[in-house]
Amino acid sequence: MEKFIKHIGSAVPLRRSNVDTDQIIPAVYLKRVTRSGFEDGLFAAWRSDPEFVLNNSAYSDATILVAGVDFGTGSSREHAVWALQNYGFKVVISSRFADIFRGNSLKGGLITVILDQSEVEAMWLAIEADPTTQISVDLERRSVSYNGTDLEFTIDDYTRWRLMEGLDDIGLTIKNSDSIDIFEKSRPHYKPLTLPIRA
Amino acid sequence: MAKTLAEKIWDEHIVRAAAGEPDLLYIDLHLIHEVTSPQAFDGLRLAGRAVRRPDLTIATEDHNVPTQNIDRPIADPVSRLQVDTLRANCAEFGVRLHSLGDKDQGVVHVVGPQLGLTQPGMTIVCGDSHTSTHGAFGALAFGIGTSEVEHVLATQTLPLVRPKTMAINVEGALKLGVTSKDIILAIIAKIGTGGGQGYVIEYRGEAIRALSMESRMTVCNMSIEAGARAGLIAPDQTTFDYIQDKPHAPYDFDAALAYWETLFTDEDAKFDVEVTINADELEPFVTWGTNPAQGAPLNSHVPNPADLEDDEARGAAERALIYMGLEAGMPLKNIAIDTVFLGSCTNGRIEDLRAAAQVIKGKKIASTLRMLVVPGSARVRLEAEAEGLDKVFIEAGAEWRNAGCSMCLGMNPDQLAIGERAASTSNRNFEGRQGKGGRTHLVSPLVAAATALRGTLSSPADL
Repeated sequence: MEKFIKHIGSAVPLRRSNVDTDQIIPAVYLKRVTRSGFEDGLFAAWRSDPEFVLNNSAYSDATILVAGVDFGTGSSREHAVWALQNYGFKVVISSRFADIFRGNSLKGGLITVILDQSEVEAMWLAIEADPTTQISVDLERRSVSYNGTDLEFTIDDYTRWRLMEGLDDIGLTIKNSDSIDIFEKSRPHYKPLTLPIRA
Repeated sequence: MAKTLAEKIWDEHIVRAAAGEPDLLYIDLHLIHEVTSPQAFDGLRLAGRAVRRPDLTIATEDHNVPTQNIDRPIADPVSRLQVDTLRANCAEFGVRLHSLGDKDQGVVHVVGPQLGLTQPGMTIVCGDSHTSTHGAFGALAFGIGTSEVEHVLATQTLPLVRPKTMAINVEGALKLGVTSKDIILAIIAKIGTGGGQGYVIEYRGEAIRALSMESRMTVCNMSIEAGARAGLIAPDQTTFDYIQDKPHAPYDFDAALAYWETLFTDEDAKFDVEVTINADELEPFVTWGTNPAQGAPLNSHVPNPADLEDDEARGAAERALIYMGLEAGMPLKNIAIDTVFLGSCTNGRIEDLRAAAQVIKGKKIASTLRMLVVPGSARVRLEAEAEGLDKVFIEAGAEWRNAGCSMCLGMNPDQLAIGERAASTSNRNFEGRQGKGGRTHLVSPLVAAATALRGTLSSPADL
């Protein structure tokens, strides 16, 4: 995974709440067996509307998505994260994310930043007034800055460290495989096994 | 120290805990399907890793498979590739797979419990958000993304941050014609789609204790629609009886039972949040909008967004009514339906089919609509056929299908057309969830059956 320290880019305002993962990428686009190419499905239903904000050429260079509350609800599909990344987004900002989506995003290096709703709304106004507004998302300082405004956000130390180092969880866990071996020895005998198959 | 049920299960599965790091949790059962696993298996191959515990892993084909002509190759080449990829991956890594045509194929959350692989006190994960279903057995069960699927395949563990706990007490008794689906829809309407975010919900109270295992699964299934990754119910005699005759019930049942009987929230344990719902006041509940919290009693009206004080909620309701093609103030019972879908991991089990069949028996569905009946698994289908339920549905004019996720999500051939309106026993009424431009009203199996007969949203009391 690529290291993430700081990102500066322009943003697109998505003034909608409860954007579920079926909106981020409809199920019909989930059939690929690779991790790439999902940008076609990003907000597919909404993108057929010429008025949809992603179709506004003023925002075509945006790498930061600023969305309404409860972003990423519903299905656990990590394809939603891949679709956003494949399209070119590096950061999503909202006042609340659904748990599974947030977990998926931080595993895959898409930075999800939680700000107060009033801060999100102020940011929407600033971006709409000037779509070229540069927003800086600094994971090291845990801050979002634009037009002289400096906002702090929280992220736990462990996740921040992992993202800044570009480490993946599996490698970290395998370093502790001794403790997994020990745990397995003490598992109760009555816990079910899928194999051998019992009819 | 007094603990909640969720805390007990969590603590029993900690492989490693270190200050400032997530807990490393052991996973007792990993369920796999074709959509969220291919990239995970690819990751294993790239890193040269094996599946650590194939004997704690099981796969089935459910999301994208057709429910008709299952003896022929899957017509859509992209879907076929995804299913073929699952078959190749399971063969390569030694994972048990129930393919289309096998009697244990079906929706992954129907398959686990019917095999007896879902048991109290377990940690269960699947790359599917409705994994919360298994919480009905007093298991800690939750949906994960594909990166986590790969992590579990490789290590049989997951690094996780301990969730907060919420109790939802459902007191009193349900009236006749009110079901567990109505309980959970009412709960979601009350606490909202983000109300359970960050929590594990434990459903408690007299009305929950009175539910069958299958009804409990319906409640836990939709925990995620309230934002909670997991929902659970303490196991009791109902749970133990359900497991006893299943294929993978413990050989040493007494030892297992002795453990299962310790699985309850201690009397003086504290939940972070408690919510109480009175079951006596509940009625059949349906959704009118485009998220599962936008619901109301069937006997009420489409709400007027102008009455909502919260700006976000008002905007969302206005947008939902436009998408749904509904007028504020119209009686919900006047809404005419084009398609009734009975099935899914929420309501595709044998009890659901029995309940609907009882309403429909000897009658004909309205000529203005179609009805799809999709058993949750091939086993459920066989069981229903043995009881003659298939004939009840077919004689009423409904379509009797093979097992799969079907119309719950628009990724297989069973989809709504643009503008088509469904009464659906599934779990999500998101825009386009059942097909691009389709409109969904979430309902219980009883409401689905009555609606099929009358053509408009109805409950059996209206017949």
